[in-house]
Amino acid sequence: MNGGEGLLRWAAPGLLGLAVLALWEGLVRAYAVPDYVLPGPVAIARALAADWPLLSASLLVTLEVAALALVAAVSVGGLLAVLFAQSRWVERALFPYAVVLQVTPIVAIAPLILIWVDSVTIALLICAWIVAFFPILSNTVLGLNSADRNLADLFRLYGATRWQALWLLRLPSALPFFLAGLRVAGGLALIGAVVAEFVAGAGGAGSGLAFRILEASFQLRIPRMFAALALISACGIAIFALLGLVQHLLLRRWHESALRPER
Amino acid sequence: MTAPSPSPPATREGASAASAPLVSLRGVGKRFANGTLALEGVDLDIAPGEFLSILGPSGCGKSTLLRLIAGLAEPSAGRVAWAPGHEERRREIGFVFQDPTLMPWATALDNVRLPLRLAGLPRAEGEARAAAALARVGLAGFERAWPRELSGGMRMRVSIARALVTRPSLLLMDEPFAALDELTRHRLNDDLLALWAESGITVVFVTHSVFESVYLSTRIAVMAARPGRVAAELRQDGAPAPREPEFRTSAAYAALCREASHALAAATAAAP
Repeated sequence: MNGGEGLLRWAAPGLLGLAVLALWEGLVRAYAVPDYVLPGPVAIARALAADWPLLSASLLVTLEVAALALVAAVSVGGLLAVLFAQSRWVERALFPYAVVLQVTPIVAIAPLILIWVDSVTIALLICAWIVAFFPILSNTVLGLNSADRNLADLFRLYGATRWQALWLLRLPSALPFFLAGLRVAGGLALIGAVVAEFVAGAGGAGSGLAFRILEASFQLRIPRMFAALALISACGIAIFALLGLVQHLLLRRWHESALRPER
Repeated sequence: MTAPSPSPPATREGASAASAPLVSLRGVGKRFANGTLALEGVDLDIAPGEFLSILGPSGCGKSTLLRLIAGLAEPSAGRVAWAPGHEERRREIGFVFQDPTLMPWATALDNVRLPLRLAGLPRAEGEARAAAALARVGLAGFERAWPRELSGGMRMRVSIARALVTRPSLLLMDEPFAALDELTRHRLNDDLLALWAESGITVVFVTHSVFESVYLSTRIAVMAARPGRVAAELRQDGAPAPREPEFRTSAAYAALCREASHALAAATAAAP
């Protein structure tokens, strides 16, 4: 790929975004739409700059919940997947309950968890974890079970222990699947954290971006609401890109998905 | 592997007839869980040092037979017996699949080292032996290469190096060159023969190619299908002891191919 083409790849969506923002600003000004109905990008940017101390503190709170939930989802989802892969019976017994957790809407469970758990932070963490762990679990189970049959025979032929087969064959085979699940889970952890905050509606010093959105809407500070929303989106994109980079770095040597087409 | 092949060790003279078989199959049958009878009444002796080809049409149970010899499956009838002193199979067998079956996440060296690693050999010793095995198949200098960077023929060489790294006494090969182009296949055939001649290893080679089996083997077991069984055994006495590439174009080769083709045709026609 040459430099010019690479530039164009980034320039095309960037220019489109700028054009949409300009059109938005132009329409808002032309029709004199008040800020409390629809603020223009300039007003939103101004709010973002003015409220940055408040918003950035809330951003850190939300990001912390999302990151911890993702770590918990990776540990528990990964361990459960390895456990499931040890025996079909364990998988058959437990998998339906994992599905139940996944299909039950988090907004419906969150109030219960908030009642049962004293610490709001822990409750938020649990909600975000419930949303994030399933893609990791189901993808990793699929990956652990899709090791090459002939390679598995080879391991058997050489008398490999269960542990050796897991460590040297099944886990590496599962890695691309796990990473694909991780990329989905990263976004879901953020969504889970925000949704749980909405339900909790917790205010005070340690409140996250979702509470800032609620607060701003009550106070009709719509530009701040949009600014918080933009921050959440930007974080989601950053998490997705970061996990994509992790995926690329781990797989670039050997996996088909990370290879560039030959030219 | 490119060195001219020395003639086989003297001990191989008449080995197949005189000494006790390394592995002997008696009345071996295999019925799968779904009821398919893959093999029935197979009697076969594998003599130490021979190059035995198992020749047959697709679906005649050749691969199943190889898996039974390797101990990857258990026969549902009859038995597979090893010569005394050779009972511990995993030390004795190298297996080459139809596909190279390499771990894509590991370098050529790590792929070849796998059997030694599974046996608990220290890393330094394992790497030294794996590098030597790669050199034997003509891949010195490719230790750090990833499987996807290698050509089909080179991947198969890595697979062969992995099978040889434990210094097995029996090398089982399941149509290893079927997916390769003809030139690559011929070169691998010659290199395999050189390896066989210099190491004294016993080879059981499954193939559906009459020409390949005649070129390589000291003996051919022709199989028939449904149920899979050994229909004929051909001793390749007319073939020169160290094969030269010119053998492919000789009259003796043509005659042996004709004989093997007839045997295969008869076996296939007899199938219901």
